[in-house]
Order: sequence, then C-alpha cells, then structure tokens
Amino acid sequence: MSFDNAYEALIDGHEDAHWAFGTGFSEALAGVDREVPAVDRADLTAYCLMLGDDALIMSQRLAEWCSRAPELEEDVALANIALDLLGQARLLLTRAGEVEGAGRDEDALAYLRDERDFRNVHLAEIECGPFAGGDFGTTTARLLVFSSWKVAQYSRLRASADPVLAAVAEKGLKELAYHRDHAAQWVVRLGDGTEESHRRMQAGLERVWPFLAELFTAHAVELRLAGVAVDPAELRSEVDGVLDAVLAAGGLTRPTDVPAARVNGLAGRDGVHTEAFGYLLAEMQHLHRSLPGATW
Amino acid sequence: MDLEAQFERTVAAEQRVEPRDWMPDGYRKTLIRQIAQHAHSEIIGMQPEGNWISRAPSLRRKAILLAKVQDEAGHGLYLYAATETLGADRGELTEKLISGRQKYSSIFNYPTLSYADVGVIGWLVDGAAICNQVPLCRTSYGPYARAMIRICKEESFHQRQGYELLLTMMSGTDAQRAMVQESVNRWWWPSLMMFGPPDAESSNTEQSMKWRIKRNTNDELRQKFVDMTVPQARKLGVTLPDPELKWNPERGHHDFGQPDWDEFWQVVGGNGPTNKQRVEHRRKAHEDGEWVRAAAAAHAAKHTAREGVA
Amino acid sequence: MSSSWPLWEVFVRGKRGLNHVHVGSLHAPDAEMAVRNARDVYTRRNEGVSIWVVPAAAITASSPDEKDPFFEPSGDKVYRHPTFYEIPEDVPHL
Repeated sequence: MSFDNAYEALIDGHEDAHWAFGTGFSEALAGVDREVPAVDRADLTAYCLMLGDDALIMSQRLAEWCSRAPELEEDVALANIALDLLGQARLLLTRAGEVEGAGRDEDALAYLRDERDFRNVHLAEIECGPFAGGDFGTTTARLLVFSSWKVAQYSRLRASADPVLAAVAEKGLKELAYHRDHAAQWVVRLGDGTEESHRRMQAGLERVWPFLAELFTAHAVELRLAGVAVDPAELRSEVDGVLDAVLAAGGLTRPTDVPAARVNGLAGRDGVHTEAFGYLLAEMQHLHRSLPGATW
Repeated sequence: MDLEAQFERTVAAEQRVEPRDWMPDGYRKTLIRQIAQHAHSEIIGMQPEGNWISRAPSLRRKAILLAKVQDEAGHGLYLYAATETLGADRGELTEKLISGRQKYSSIFNYPTLSYADVGVIGWLVDGAAICNQVPLCRTSYGPYARAMIRICKEESFHQRQGYELLLTMMSGTDAQRAMVQESVNRWWWPSLMMFGPPDAESSNTEQSMKWRIKRNTNDELRQKFVDMTVPQARKLGVTLPDPELKWNPERGHHDFGQPDWDEFWQVVGGNGPTNKQRVEHRRKAHEDGEWVRAAAAAHAAKHTAREGVA
Repeated sequence: MSSSWPLWEVFVRGKRGLNHVHVGSLHAPDAEMAVRNARDVYTRRNEGVSIWVVPAAAITASSPDEKDPFFEPSGDKVYRHPTFYEIPEDVPHL
C-alpha cells in the first residue's frame, strides 16, 4: 500500500494499539517497576483508589456530553479528554487491586464497590450539564478547576516512592495539561464572548466553587503516606494562581470561597458523597452487576 | 471544448473531479444530498451506541465504545467538510437535518436494547456500511473519495471490535449467548434494508452509476453482504433469522428472503421506533450549543478588532 | 447562521522528513481553537508530528484547468489539493 499521506501510521502500524484512542492499555506502563513500596498496604490501596476514582468519575461525567456538545469539534475534544481520564483510571485502579492483593482487578473495583467505598472528590461527581446541574459553561468551569488541581498534584506525584504512581503521573501530566489548556481556552472565550456567555460562565464558576476546598483538604491516608502521596494542602497556591490568571483573562470574577459543609466532617475521600453520586453509580454498574460471572 | 463533454470524459476515465472543476448542477446537487445524508447518518448514528457508554460493562469496553462514537463524530465532520467544497454550509445542512428536510440512514431509527446491540451494530451495521462505502473510496468526486478512505479504515476497526465483543460474549455465560442471539434476530433484517429498496424500485441508481458516485446496485451490495456474513455467523455460533437462507451452488451465492419492505418504508417515512427521538436529540444539542458558538465567534471578532487597533 | 464558525484547512506532517499535507478541514472560531480542534479531529491516533491550520478564505488557488472559465464564486477560495492521495485497492472488508 503506497500512498504518501498523513495517515501512514494509522494504516501500517500496530492496529490494536491505536485503533481506539486510550485503549492501548496493557503497554501504557511497559517496563515500569511494579514493586510496592514499604508503606501500609491498606493506606496505599486507599490512595490509589482516591486517584483512580477521581479520574473514573470525572470521565463518566464528561462522557455524558457525547453527541450533545455545542459543535462537532467539541464533541471530539471532550471525548478525547474523557478517554484520557478513563485510561488513567484503569491504570490506577489496577494498581489499587495489585497493592491490595485480594485479587480485585480494575472492573471489580469500578463495578462491584458500593458508594461508600468510592473515594473521589465531590467535584468529579456533581452534575454540571449537559443534563441537570448546569451547561457547557459549568462543565468548563469544573474542567478548569479539576485539571488545574490535577496538574499540580501529578507534577508532584512524579516523585512518588511508588514507581507505578510516578509513571502514571508522568504520562498523565501531559494529558492533564492539555485538558487544562482546553478548559482555559473556553473560559476565556465564554467570559469574553457575549453577555449571555459571560453570565453563564460566571454562574458555572459559582456552581463549582464550593467544591474547591475539598481538593486541598488532606485526608489522613495522604498524610500518612509521606513520600508516596502528595499533600493536597501544598497545591493551593499554585492552583489559585492558575485560576486567577485564567479568570482575569476572561474578565471573570473569582467567586467568594464558601466551602460546602462536610457531613460530620467527612466528604468524598471518606466515602461520603452527594445524592447525585448514587444515581451515577447505579447507571454505571447496573449491567455489570446484572450478569454475574459474565466475561466482557 | 464543451464543458459537459469534458466532465463526462473525466468521469468515464476514472479521473477525479475536484472542487473547482466545472460540473453539472445535477451532479453537484446529487452529491451534496448524498454526502450530507451520509454525514447526518454518522452524527445520528452516535446516539444508538452512545446510549450504552455510561453503562458499558467493563472499563475496556467503555473506552472502546467511547472511542468508536467519537470516530463517528469525526466521520460526520470529514463528510460535512466534503460538502463544503461543493458550496454547502454545515450549519444549513444541520438545519435541514433537524427540521426533517434531509434524511439519514434508517437503521439508526431502531433502538439499542442490550449491550449485545453494540457488538451487533459493529458487526452487521458497520459491516453493511463498509460494503456500501468501500466502493465510494473510488467515487468520482475527489474530496468525498479521500474522506471515505479514512472512514472505511476506521469502520473496519469498528467492525472487528464489534465482532470481537460478540465472540467474547458467545464464550461467556448462557445469558450472554442468549443476549447475542436475541440482538442478531432484531438487527438482521434492518441490516439488509440498509442497502436500500430492490433495484427495481430504486429511482436514482442509473444516473448515479454513470456519474460514478454510486458504484454498485443495491441488490449487488446486499448479496455481497449476505455472502460475507454467513460464514462469520457460523463461526460466531449464531443463527441468522431467515429460513430461506441457503447456499445456491448454481449461482455461487446465498439465496435469502426479503425484508419487510412495508416496515422499511414506514421507518423511512418517519414512523420508525426512534425517528422523533433521534432528531429531537440532535436539535436540542444544536440549539443548546448556540450560545457557545456565538460566544466564541464574538470573542474572535473582538480579538481581531483589538489586534487591528494595536 | 450568524454564529457559525469559519472554515479552516488542516495540514499535517505525518512524520519528520515529510511535507505537511492537506488532510481536510474543520470549523473553529479562531486560529488557536482551530489548531487544537485539528489535533483532536485529525491526529487523535497520533498520525502527525506537526499541524498547520489556514483560514480557507486566505487561500488563493489557481484554476485546475486553464480552459475552465467559471466556477462557483464561493469556490475560488476553497483549497484544492493536488492528488496527494492514491486510492488503495485493498481497503479491507473486515
């Protein structure tokens, strides 16, 4: 097959690896040392779940936009971001299962845990459109905050004493930086565009802002895993700097920080979630749970 | 030289027609309609499979499905771009789709009711689409042919992945095998309808064949699809729901029964199981996105104005 | 369609040592978004190492055939690509 075009790689290459973006899973961490560092295994498992659940649930929410984006190009872009996050989630949940040592794989962890065992932050799970809870502006606000926070977290996680977490962070950081950039581009355009878009973008920021504080609140597990985990409290000033710069470029006002109250001091990292989360899990897990013993 | 004669000579010689070449009005209009319908089909086709992304039964399947539906958005995009080289406008074509003035492939007016449908759509529906589309890689209009090369390549991945999902399910539990068979039963006849009505009842074929924007008749392609699919079904271990289906050694092809053409015309006419839902979904996405598109355009205009001042 | 975005032509360098070639077009509000959209739409399988985007309206093209006296007024700015692509005979059926 001899034709000089830009798709040579697509036509010649190892087809399975790139036939679907983000599905070349088994090779993503080829050659990475899988040694488990000498820390408490339950803590490390929990930490891997925190990171993996953040990515999984954010991906699940973003994928809701599929066939519903404002323009076809944006449909493709949001699906790319969802696929990147899903790829990260799979690596992280696999690591959680490996460290736990109880024989649970990524699917057992994604589909057979109950709500109380999920450790993602609320920001990832709340409804921000296209259905209830917001619109494209709200989704953009969440994506900006989430990816700015994750960039700060992953850039530190690259130095983790867990070689797998360090490798996931190395790979994921490039993706997240792109997600942050994509969100920032939109925040600026919506903030600056029309009166309506400015109003909606500002409303989107107001909607997600109460969930910021949780991102920077350390859980006991994170504090116990010094050298392996990142202390989220350290991320605050970096993330604030990014958010302030983007908001200023879009002529938007930083909402007042009024953190959403916790439940008896607990939140997502403790497995205490929002009401919307139960529905998300019901939908995500229903088929897998309906056919026990099936292979997919 | 007479422009029309030159055009016809170009086409007859299997040369490509390019956007700025002279072309008969009928050729341009027919192409815009055909490519737009194809683009609409890709975009509407995101919905039946997209219906299962949130419920995909494993994370690997979720990634595969999301990537596939994303590819369909890409295909629609390439095809709308091809219509724009003919002077059409994507926004106007979208308006025609959501106001019901332009059609899309009727297969997408059938509902997806189980996860096996994701596999069966990949195997049968994408398989039928490939039969229809591979000849279009050699269609006379250059931008369309080039778009089709990439689309066919990606569709062949889709078909393989669909088939692989079904193979996996067939090696699973009894409940999974039953799910696959039930899905095949529902999708077989609609898949045969994808090639359009029998040649005797098909109106546009002759001129389109002459213009090389259609390369085979409906019945030829349908036969090819059946011949291709029977051994795949056997390998999979499913039964195709057609008692008349059998090998005819004299013809060197399979004989097979006729789909319910009354149902076909009902669905084409707008009375299919999900016609209204599909168009409404697309209309809502388009209208909900208007303020976003307007904002980006306004920002770009301001930006240009500001740079002009500086 | 007051808010429809302009058309951009996309060129991708498939790998080092090759020219950028025209791969298609897309809509975007401005150049920055166009190049990002191009990455997502045309190189999501890592087909390229470099992307150019050009407003379709900025391209001036010669007529493909000197005997060609007229064409659609809107057509004279549409990028027309030379035949970079041959059609593979063996596009697989499965």
